[in-house]
Amino acid sequence: MSAKRFIANHVVDLPRSGIRDFFAIVSQMPQAVSLGIGEPDFVTPWHIREAAIYALEKGKTSYTDNRGLIRLRQEISRYVESDFGVSYRPDTEILVAVGVSEALDIALRALINPGDKVLYHEPCYVSYSPSILLAHGIPVGVPTLAKDQFALDPAALEAAWEPGCKILLLNFPTNPTGGVANRKVLERIAHFAQEKDLLVISDEIYAELTFDGEHVSIASLPGMRDRTLFLHGFSKAFAMTGFRIGYGCGPAELIEAMMKVHQYSMMCAPILSQEAAIEALRNGRPAVARMKEQYHKRRDFIVRRFNEAGLDCHTPQGSFYTFPSVATSGLKSLDFCHRLLKEEEVAIVPGTAFGPSGEGFVRASFSMSYENLIKAADRIERMVGRLVDSGATAAVNNAS
Amino acid sequence: MNPVLDLLLQGERLSTEQMAQVLGLSEVAIEAALKQLQAEGKLLGWRPVLNPEAGEETIVRAVIEVKISPEREGGFDKLALRISRFDEVESCHLMSGSYDLLLFCSGKSLRAVATFVSERLSTIDGVLSTATHFLLRTYKEQGYLLVANPDVADKPAVSP
Repeated sequence: MSAKRFIANHVVDLPRSGIRDFFAIVSQMPQAVSLGIGEPDFVTPWHIREAAIYALEKGKTSYTDNRGLIRLRQEISRYVESDFGVSYRPDTEILVAVGVSEALDIALRALINPGDKVLYHEPCYVSYSPSILLAHGIPVGVPTLAKDQFALDPAALEAAWEPGCKILLLNFPTNPTGGVANRKVLERIAHFAQEKDLLVISDEIYAELTFDGEHVSIASLPGMRDRTLFLHGFSKAFAMTGFRIGYGCGPAELIEAMMKVHQYSMMCAPILSQEAAIEALRNGRPAVARMKEQYHKRRDFIVRRFNEAGLDCHTPQGSFYTFPSVATSGLKSLDFCHRLLKEEEVAIVPGTAFGPSGEGFVRASFSMSYENLIKAADRIERMVGRLVDSGATAAVNNAS
Repeated sequence: MNPVLDLLLQGERLSTEQMAQVLGLSEVAIEAALKQLQAEGKLLGWRPVLNPEAGEETIVRAVIEVKISPEREGGFDKLALRISRFDEVESCHLMSGSYDLLLFCSGKSLRAVATFVSERLSTIDGVLSTATHFLLRTYKEQGYLLVANPDVADKPAVSP
């Protein structure tokens, strides 16, 4: 008899991440050029790694306060105040978590009653909808569109609202689209959140990697601090994905509720990662600026190349992803990615991995050396050329 | 900074065509920019950065502290240039502190470097004294760490 009968229904129903399926194929092709990675190609800056080594040498191998080391929470408080314009008390309003992923998970589990609805924009990070479902909530997706540069259109948000909506989940700059929300858009969204009495969870993990214009946190807008959970971490800007370290800031009651879930599940974030994070906040700004400059240049290059290759590619304003349309190829996202991998040995991720509204698009990361970006762009151009040619031939044949 | 120079300094080996692609310029423009950088003396030359520990070049390297007496006309420059012209001298710097010139020198053998110091360098008029330190082992060379790169095999090729 299959052991499957022991698995909870809502987990059986949970779809596997489209990225995992794709990863299984790519991992059989080590020679492929991959623009599929969702993390920096830089290694964590040495001074941060060195701080972790020093902490290990000093024998820092214990648990910490459930909320995280107070020294780290103090640094986070200073950083968020100076860079995001919101002030949080280190003792009661900040919780250190195992990446934004955990912070989001415990926030949803702490806030959702079964059947509560959560509004979120998609295409979005792969875990949003599953995390809502695992917390017994109902995901309500709002598509963002290429014509809006994948910013969330407040009118679409208002139209998607339905009774029972309790939470609005935002992620700007967005993985996978690179979309951002400017102050004007955020003000309308903030107004809407207040009107409908929504709690906003704002995942701002790519904030430092905003290339054009200022990054605005919705938590900093008037009246929003008390209804916003601000989530951030070190993975992207500081190139610390493997450290698994992030944090949540918000009203004390909400942080306390998240703390309950956190203390019974995770207990605390790893102490070595916390020590490394302290060093990152104290001395990491020059390294972040250097990496951002590289991403910025690579973005300009790859967006230009994709457009020359015949893919309609908007300029992502933040993150290290491009999200070009593959409409000209005449293929669906998944078919395009499979054929690109098979025929040209380039791995990119189908847009549908990030929600149904990602159909017709693919995600290509530019967190990669120029050599590989050039190689990938050349091969994509070659395949798109072939597809467009054969499409044109087919059209002529059909007409005659 | 000049964008061509900026790209070169990143250390990725790119062809003129690839550099043109990256910077959105024509190949002719890249070649012209490189020529101009050399003509202006901003770009001195092209040399690979070798790993001294890998044994491709069997040379002995030394740093030499040199005390010299400045000349009435020409100060340190004239003598420094004269010393710099020796093939054995890879680089030569005027220093603050307890000595005047710091030389990075190399030779085919310890004896060759020693001969250069005792027979050529220290016999020059105006050279007051020298102190030679031989390099035993290199850990970092011109920005490149001499250890294996971090093992990236564990990094998934596709991730969310």
